[in-house]
Amino acid sequence: MKSFTKLTAIACPFDEINVDTNQLCPTRFNKLPIGDPYLKKVMFHDQRFTQDGKPRNTDFIFNREPYKKAEIIVADQNWGIGSSRESAVYAMASFGIKSVIAASFGDIHYNNMTKNGLCPVQLSQEACHELRSMLLENIGAKITVDLEELKVIAPDGTEYEFNMHPLKRRCLIQGLDDISLTKQYMDAIKDFEANHHKSKPFMTVQKPS
Amino acid sequence: MPGKTLFDKIWDSHVVAEEEGETLVYVDRLLVHEGSRHSFTMLRNIEMPPYRAEQVFGFADHYMPTETTEGGIPGVRDNKIRGMLELMEKNTSEVGVRYFGFHDPDQGILHVVPPEQGISQPGIFLCGADSHTSTHGAFGSISFGVGASEAGHIMATQCLWQQRPSPLRINIDGTLPFGVHAKDIILGVIAKFGVGIGVGKAIEFAGSCIERMSMEQRMTVCNMTIEAAGRMGMIAPDETTYEYMEGRPYVPRGKLWKDAVEYWSSLPSDEDAVFANEKTLEVEELDPMVTWGTNPEMTLPITGTIPFPEDAENEDQRREIQGALDYMDLQPGMGMEEIEIERVFIGSCTNSRIEDIRAAAEVAAKGTAKVEAWVVPGSKSIKRQAEAEGLDQIFTDSGFDWREPGCSLCTALNGDLLNDGQRCVSTSNRNFKGRQGPNGKTHLASPAMAAAAAITGKLTDVRTLE
Ligand code: SF4
Repeated sequence: MKSFTKLTAIACPFDEINVDTNQLCPTRFNKLPIGDPYLKKVMFHDQRFTQDGKPRNTDFIFNREPYKKAEIIVADQNWGIGSSRESAVYAMASFGIKSVIAASFGDIHYNNMTKNGLCPVQLSQEACHELRSMLLENIGAKITVDLEELKVIAPDGTEYEFNMHPLKRRCLIQGLDDISLTKQYMDAIKDFEANHHKSKPFMTVQKPS
Repeated sequence: MPGKTLFDKIWDSHVVAEEEGETLVYVDRLLVHEGSRHSFTMLRNIEMPPYRAEQVFGFADHYMPTETTEGGIPGVRDNKIRGMLELMEKNTSEVGVRYFGFHDPDQGILHVVPPEQGISQPGIFLCGADSHTSTHGAFGSISFGVGASEAGHIMATQCLWQQRPSPLRINIDGTLPFGVHAKDIILGVIAKFGVGIGVGKAIEFAGSCIERMSMEQRMTVCNMTIEAAGRMGMIAPDETTYEYMEGRPYVPRGKLWKDAVEYWSSLPSDEDAVFANEKTLEVEELDPMVTWGTNPEMTLPITGTIPFPEDAENEDQRREIQGALDYMDLQPGMGMEEIEIERVFIGSCTNSRIEDIRAAAEVAAKGTAKVEAWVVPGSKSIKRQAEAEGLDQIFTDSGFDWREPGCSLCTALNGDLLNDGQRCVSTSNRNFKGRQGPNGKTHLASPAMAAAAAITGKLTDVRTLE
């Protein structure tokens, strides 16, 4: 997994609330494997392209310069609600997105982001609003997301602090995937399991009758 | 010390380790489907076999054809879809997990088959590679959906890093009025308390109405917990649970069954248990509910009228309502019953169980379908049962399409799609933009309400049908 420490990049203001994972990756693209070149076009596909993949709606913000090169999204409430599909994150990553700032996130989507090296940043709704206003006044402005210092630096220099769960933050900064982390616990898992199955034998998987 | 909730008891008995406030929890059962190939790739990449293959179960559902299964997997025309089915066969047999696959006599949806098979049990920690895994919480378990990386992690270690959610109790009290079903309750809960009520929460459903419910109704309620943003939904196990479970293939037998029931009976929340929050819904006040917009909170009683954006409480909401009206192509002030529809889908892990099929058949028998109407049972075993009861005949006589089991139009992955822009009454769980096909307009409702819409061609109050 790629590590995420600090990023300064073009940020795209996106003020719709309740952006669900189906918009980030329409269901029919779930089949695309990681690395498929078409994945670049999948994020908000149906707003950006026609059914057969031709560009449409040049007004749509992700179809416009400089946002085609955005690496940060400043959203609003409930980013990534809906299905657990991780392909939503692959689509975002393929577009080039590395961090999303939002007032709230879909639970599973938030985890899916951190597990793929993308940095979700939760700020207050007012802070998201202020950031988006600055970005709208100053097209193509850059924002800094600093995971080590746990702060976002706005185009005008304003700093916003955020929180992330310490373990998630450590894994992102070190680029440590969960399996490597958990492997350090294999003994504890074995002990737990032996005890669990001994005290509650009915919880082990039975041979089907 | 205050008492413990159902959630606390199960959580506490699955803690392996804690680090920096995250908990490593032990997962008793994992459910995966054809869409989970990334998880298998992860295992391959780290060159690890599954840690406990017997605790992993695979299902062919998301990509299953529902028109016909004749010709087997080679008979599936779309290359990509066939590829997904083939890959799952290969992946599951390679690592040796029990696969309810294409040809299995008990194939079906991953939230429908495990309860039938007795894989879903009280007190266990169960994860699934689909967000509606909350369904299994109806048995009094901790059950929730995980992403593909998390599923891969569970396969490799049988554990998962989690933050402890806080428990919330929603009491559903009263007797269900005529024509009102479990689906209307959960839609009513979301409409009343909002799609954000469950964020970071383990929701326990309790109350006199829940206590009287069948397991199938309980599953419908828990299934849509995720639409209220809940991490999981759960219901305390009781006699109804044990009665449903006893004798199913994967359920413990003999002395183990007795020990299990004794343990399960200790799980319900203690009298003095503390919940972070508590809410109550009286079902007597409920009508059959239908969604009108693009998230499940945008729900109205069938007797309601489409809202005016200018009546919204704030600018954000006004924009959201306007956006939904534009997308759904509806006018403010219009009666729900004036909305004409083009398709009907009865199925999905929310409402494809035998009781759902019976409820739909009862209504279907009253007329002939005016629009294309599909009935997709949740599993082969439900299909057999329905056919034994002659329900398939009722449907086909009334012009409904009786199909093969799978997820089908719930998520439109298998090639079952609405035509561009079609309006569909659906018994599934999500009315997001484009979920059932490009520009598709989805109205969520109960099986009885969906069947009623099919025979009138518009949203219809099932209670008024002759
Ligand atoms: S029916 Fe729908 S929600 Fe249920 S498992 Fe299938 S795709 Fe997921």
